[in-house]
Amino acid sequence: MSAKILLALDHIEGIASLPVYAQHGGYAVLKKVLSDISPQQVVEEVKISGLRGRGGAGFPTGLKWSFLARPEGVPRYLVCNADESEPGTFKDRYLMERNPHLMIEGMIISSYGLGANTAYIYIRGEYFYIARILEKAIKEAYAAGYLGKNILNSGFDLDLHVHVGAGAYICGEETALLESLEGKRGNPRIKPPFPAVQGLYNCPTVVNNSETLAAVVPILDKGGAAYAAIGIGKSTGTKLISASGHINRPGVYEIELGIPVEEFIYSDEYCGGIRNGKKLKAVVAGGSSVPILPADLILKTAEGAPRLMSYESLAEGGFQTGTMMGSGGFIVMDEDTSIVKNLYTFARFYHHESCGQCSPCREGTGWMERILHKILDGHGSITDIDLLWDIQKNIDGKTICPLGEAAAWPVASAIRHFRSEFEEYVLNPHLIEDVKHYYRLQTT
Amino acid sequence: MPKVTIDDISIEVPEGTTILEAARMIGGDIVPPAMCYYSHLQGTGGYCRTCIVQVTQGSEKDPRPMPKPVASCRTTVMDGMVVKNTTSPELLEARAGVVEFLLINHPLDCPVCDQAGECHLQDLGYDHGKLETRSEFPRREFEPIDIGPHIKLHMNRCILCYRCVKVADQLTDGRCHGVISRGEASEISTYIEQAIDNDFSGNMIDVCPVGALTDRTFRFKSRVWYTKPVDAHRDCPTCSGKVRLWFQGDDVIRVTSRKDEYGEVTTGPEGNPEWICNTCRFDTKSVHDWEIEGPSHIQRQSVISANHYESLKALKVTTERMYDANPHGTKVDLGEGALDPNNESK
Ligand SMILES: Cc1cc2nc3c(=O)[nH]c(=O)nc-3n(C[C@H](O)[C@H](O)[C@H](O)COP(=O)(O)O)c2cc1C
Ligand code: SF4
Ligand code: SF4
Ligand code: FES
Repeated sequence: MSAKILLALDHIEGIASLPVYAQHGGYAVLKKVLSDISPQQVVEEVKISGLRGRGGAGFPTGLKWSFLARPEGVPRYLVCNADESEPGTFKDRYLMERNPHLMIEGMIISSYGLGANTAYIYIRGEYFYIARILEKAIKEAYAAGYLGKNILNSGFDLDLHVHVGAGAYICGEETALLESLEGKRGNPRIKPPFPAVQGLYNCPTVVNNSETLAAVVPILDKGGAAYAAIGIGKSTGTKLISASGHINRPGVYEIELGIPVEEFIYSDEYCGGIRNGKKLKAVVAGGSSVPILPADLILKTAEGAPRLMSYESLAEGGFQTGTMMGSGGFIVMDEDTSIVKNLYTFARFYHHESCGQCSPCREGTGWMERILHKILDGHGSITDIDLLWDIQKNIDGKTICPLGEAAAWPVASAIRHFRSEFEEYVLNPHLIEDVKHYYRLQTT
Repeated sequence: MPKVTIDDISIEVPEGTTILEAARMIGGDIVPPAMCYYSHLQGTGGYCRTCIVQVTQGSEKDPRPMPKPVASCRTTVMDGMVVKNTTSPELLEARAGVVEFLLINHPLDCPVCDQAGECHLQDLGYDHGKLETRSEFPRREFEPIDIGPHIKLHMNRCILCYRCVKVADQLTDGRCHGVISRGEASEISTYIEQAIDNDFSGNMIDVCPVGALTDRTFRFKSRVWYTKPVDAHRDCPTCSGKVRLWFQGDDVIRVTSRKDEYGEVTTGPEGNPEWICNTCRFDTKSVHDWEIEGPSHIQRQSVISANHYESLKALKVTTERMYDANPHGTKVDLGEGALDPNNESK
């Protein structure tokens, strides 16, 4: 297999329609699976493939599937998480918009493996036009007999529904998503119980990211072992990266896991280097919540080894000198970027998106935003930087869901690696006259 | 039965017991504070994060420590689990952080708050908080509103513990209030100005840990510490009829349920929580309606009531902490137990 697996067909005119998709081998894997392969084998192949969840946490998908409770007479559900709301991440959108049938085929195969007869796609409200694309594709799949009762005479039934969210980042958190899907307020649930035991309508449920479910098709096509042969170590297969920021070629790229970060940033095949010949200053490698790293640490680990685009290599050095793969939202910043201003934007986002259930996140996210605003407004002091540090520390690890951490980590890492920049702001308020007018304190 | 060790004290507890409940079985200082958990209501806890503890050993089988502090009210014990609460300085520091979060938007209007003297947030602040706030930003503000004929809502004081929501779900025949809006803007509200009027809605006042929900019939009548609590009962067709009457002179000015040392409504002989109905609470205020049992034993350490009630713990405000808050003042050594309300010699 080449590095292009998920995006192998995306350049083909009309691939979003079933006839064209079928011409290029679409639904052949489904047919093979339903006639030759048992549900247990499907789960087994996914385990062998080493596929890890592409939604952010990187949890091994096969393992997650094997946790699914299977009590007699209780329905099981598969839910596709297409809420994609992490700033800097826009790969699921591309995948679903270009080639919706790939993900749908993946969902049918996965549902068969899990024994789910109802599946949902939970898609963010802002992607309503993609919801239409998906609905059209689903209609085609029903008409062709790939969905509905007794699919391809296998005796397996599956209904697939699209549910459009109302535009809350928190509804991407899997348990808030399930609440929202049930028609309730999108508050994360307190775990345990986990969705694999009590998920949608209290029934065993698997929630997977769109990209994760799409990858099931190539895995069942060529076999788990062939997929595992791509990539490096425990980072198997390919990953979609949403590249944005000050680069020459922003966009969605499919990479083989394990290529050097330096190659990804500078090669013309990917980002094509920094715009306008500027120097690289920093990178947020996995979507806005993961720790920001300065140029030297993103290109090389603290030990001096080249940093690779893999779960392990990006995380090397822990949070002191490393970061995370996250959802693959790769945000590049050039030498002119203000880390403090950028952080303010992130802090504002997390403040706005907190669901408000638990005290540290509800109260702390707004507080951090206000302090950052104060600093940018020319009224900060050195003690504000220390206070920011304390607040993020008091949120980190003390919340119901990981949104608290998502809000804390960017603050912690910005201060850890760029403290002098904060100091410059508070010691030279006259330098920041120019930014004052466009940062007004957001009130909720 | 699984055995759990909390702050070096071991206890065997029934399967499925939470760390917090296990700690309460041991009792004393090692019990984590709980602002949102309420044992008589289902699905409470997990929100406020004041009850966090450090699990240094997960279980006998899997001795790995848990990487983050956990909410003791929502974490069940495993056999061989080792928990640190008061014995972990980092944990106490983390809890102080949570308390700080709960206070940055709290109005601290205790002088005009009917809850003062029996407020869990006051206790929590004294026991676990810092003496000064580090937030300099304006606090969140809402207008107080009447939600129904009996209850006043001061949203400014609400800590979003969800207890009143669970009472409405589990005790009354139809909830018509809840949390609206998101994040920092979340507020408790009735749906489209509906009134809360329901046989058991008054219990929302009793579960509210702060002064956000108060009794309109008691409003500004007195301060808690000027009143005398007395236990009484009557034959009530709707509820247990076991109440606490709050006297000022010879008049009953308030009726509440009876509460235990954790501020929760007491448990009856059959293990049932002794909730009271609105008729007992709001409409039965003549002494002649009640059979008096005798003075109540207030088991809480309520701050302002300190001089009035027996069986209290010493306030944990040490001169050391006062000095920390005001390093320019003079450090006076008042001696051991100086601030102990039960210490008559000082
Ligand atoms: C605040 C928050 C937002 C999230 N948003 C998304 C999202 O938009 N899409 C997604 O796939 N996962 C998101 N996740 C992760 C999901 O909770 C869940 O781990 C994921 O959908 C599991 O799928 P995977 O195993 O295939 O990655 C989010 C998590 C948090 C805490
Ligand atoms: S961490 Fe934030 S988003 Fe998550 S449950 Fe708590 S308040 Fe809600
Ligand atoms: S009003 Fe009182 S009981 Fe209700 S959520 Fe607020 S603090 Fe809790
Ligand atoms: S009492 Fe446990 S989180 Fe509030």
